Amino acid sequence: MAVAEIKTATPPTGLSEFWFYFSRNKGAVIGLVLFVVILFVAIFAGFVAPHSPSIQNREVLLLPPVWAEGGRWSYFLGTDPVGRDILSRLIYGARFSLFIGLVVVSISVVSGVLVGLIAGYFRGRVDMIIMRVMDIILAFPSLLLALVLVAVLGPGLLNAMIAISLVNLPHFVRLTRAAVMAERSKDYVVASKVAGAGTLRLMFLTILPNCLAPLIVQATLAFSAAILDAAALGFLGMGAQPPTPEWGTMLAEAREFIQRAWWVVTFPGLAILVTVLAINLMGDGLRDALDPKLKRS
Amino acid sequence: MLRFILGRLAVLIPTFIGVSIIAFSFIRLLPGDPVMLMSGERVMSPERHAQLMADLGLDRPVYIQYFDYLVNLLQGDFGSSIVTKRAVLGDFLQLFPATLELSLCAILLAIFLGVPAGVLAAVKRGTWLDQTIMGSALVGYSMPIFWWGLLLIIFFSGYLGWTPVSGRISLMYFFPQVTGFMLIDSLISGQAGAFKSAVSYLILPTIVLATIPLAVIARQTRSAMLEVLGEDYVRTARSKGLSPFRVIGVHALRNALIPVVTTIGLQVGVLLAGAILTETIFSWPGIGKWMVDSVFKRDYAVVQGGLMLIAAMIMVVNLTVDLLYGLINPRIRH
Repeated sequence: MAVAEIKTATPPTGLSEFWFYFSRNKGAVIGLVLFVVILFVAIFAGFVAPHSPSIQNREVLLLPPVWAEGGRWSYFLGTDPVGRDILSRLIYGARFSLFIGLVVVSISVVSGVLVGLIAGYFRGRVDMIIMRVMDIILAFPSLLLALVLVAVLGPGLLNAMIAISLVNLPHFVRLTRAAVMAERSKDYVVASKVAGAGTLRLMFLTILPNCLAPLIVQATLAFSAAILDAAALGFLGMGAQPPTPEWGTMLAEAREFIQRAWWVVTFPGLAILVTVLAINLMGDGLRDALDPKLKRS
Repeated sequence: MLRFILGRLAVLIPTFIGVSIIAFSFIRLLPGDPVMLMSGERVMSPERHAQLMADLGLDRPVYIQYFDYLVNLLQGDFGSSIVTKRAVLGDFLQLFPATLELSLCAILLAIFLGVPAGVLAAVKRGTWLDQTIMGSALVGYSMPIFWWGLLLIIFFSGYLGWTPVSGRISLMYFFPQVTGFMLIDSLISGQAGAFKSAVSYLILPTIVLATIPLAVIARQTRSAMLEVLGEDYVRTARSKGLSPFRVIGVHALRNALIPVVTTIGLQVGVLLAGAILTETIFSWPGIGKWMVDSVFKRDYAVVQGGLMLIAAMIMVVNLTVDLLYGLINPRIRH
């Protein structure tokens, strides 16, 4: 008996479908490549950097970058006022910025999602109290609140990260709560409840996975915002303390040389801009790929 | 509508109390007590310390202290500076016009450039123009503005010598501050060149502060416009034979602007956060620089009062935006 074989296209897996939409956004792919390069440089800073970030060479104070008059190949982007290699400091600085972003996003996502899930699932009085507390945090300009918190806790990188996480929290709480409220009354949740699923199972295994898309997009935005805020705190002297090669702190140290040596001011800021831009480009691509409303076939 | 307003106000009261609790407890979270903070490095006998604590009412239970603090707030007493002994509210009112002038100029610049840019990008969707506008907007959105300010100073003040580096107006001019707005006061004074000087001092800070709101408004306008352009009534307007300008400018833009208005309202917090950095870079004598300086001088009474005043102001602005939004979009009210 002849068997007719009908070839059907295998349905795309979640990941390949995601990549299909993500890669259609050229900017997102550029952002991803940039981000991977920065990540690579940060991880292998010890191998990539030509000099130590803290060694001070008294013979090359304020050396201009290689293409300017008087520049040297061994100090590609020039040196700072105490003779440290700017390129090496930027490379080590990438570690701080990415680390800050990672820690802040982890803290604010985990706690924000938890609180938002509780608010959106239980509603009632719990929800009201949580949302009022979030309103209170949102009543302050984020940078001002972070600045004052760091002033209370004491200047430093760790306290800056805690402050920025707290300031970021309301966005995740609100987003999770809204998504949970939208999902909670849907049939699949009711069905799962009828089938006897417990509260925790309903919250974390049934509802939460369906709320993830907007959270992932918000997390990328928070990642870049955290890098900017930490750099701003460093710039104001309340973040990482010198001689840490954090980009914002480097800018603060370089400020007085603004008229004499443009390169000590230009490159740290450029590093911040490129990193933040790369992450935001990826964020736009993620939004296109994950938000079903925007998908166009 | 009245119910809507009352509902919003009812939400505001617990938020206000919460904000006041934070501002109140902030000083008490610091290591040491206010008397020790005031005395600084000086050594103080325990008796003198207890005496001062009693004078300041700090020996009473915390909830009574908080209640007093709240009563003072409602009477307009926001405490006074540890360093200068001047009332916080007075300093705030004196410095606020500078921040307001800068913020208003920045938001106007952001609206007048951002909305047309967003409309243009939406109408020319997919073209190089759209990509250029949206690319620039994303760069602006990613900009560390404290660095951006320094770059502009290097180029326009240092290299070209066009604009001054810091302050609000050249020291050559002196006139009474009638409104606190340098642009208006310099015009009223009638002194030749005063207005021009005020503008030259204002221009770089305005650009720096406008950068992020401009990018946000352009992006938001574009996406709101794209949504509206696909609607049936826009197609109807087109098929009636209306000019493209009228279809886009009147039929589409008016509806697209509703979410944009909310976005603009939400920029107030962003502007104040930006003002902290912008004013620090340009030595602009406003409340942002005042707060940063107070943090560094450890003048925590000012920080406490300033936090409270700024939060109260943001709450009022947000309430206004909410109410306006209810007014232009009746669906929200119900």
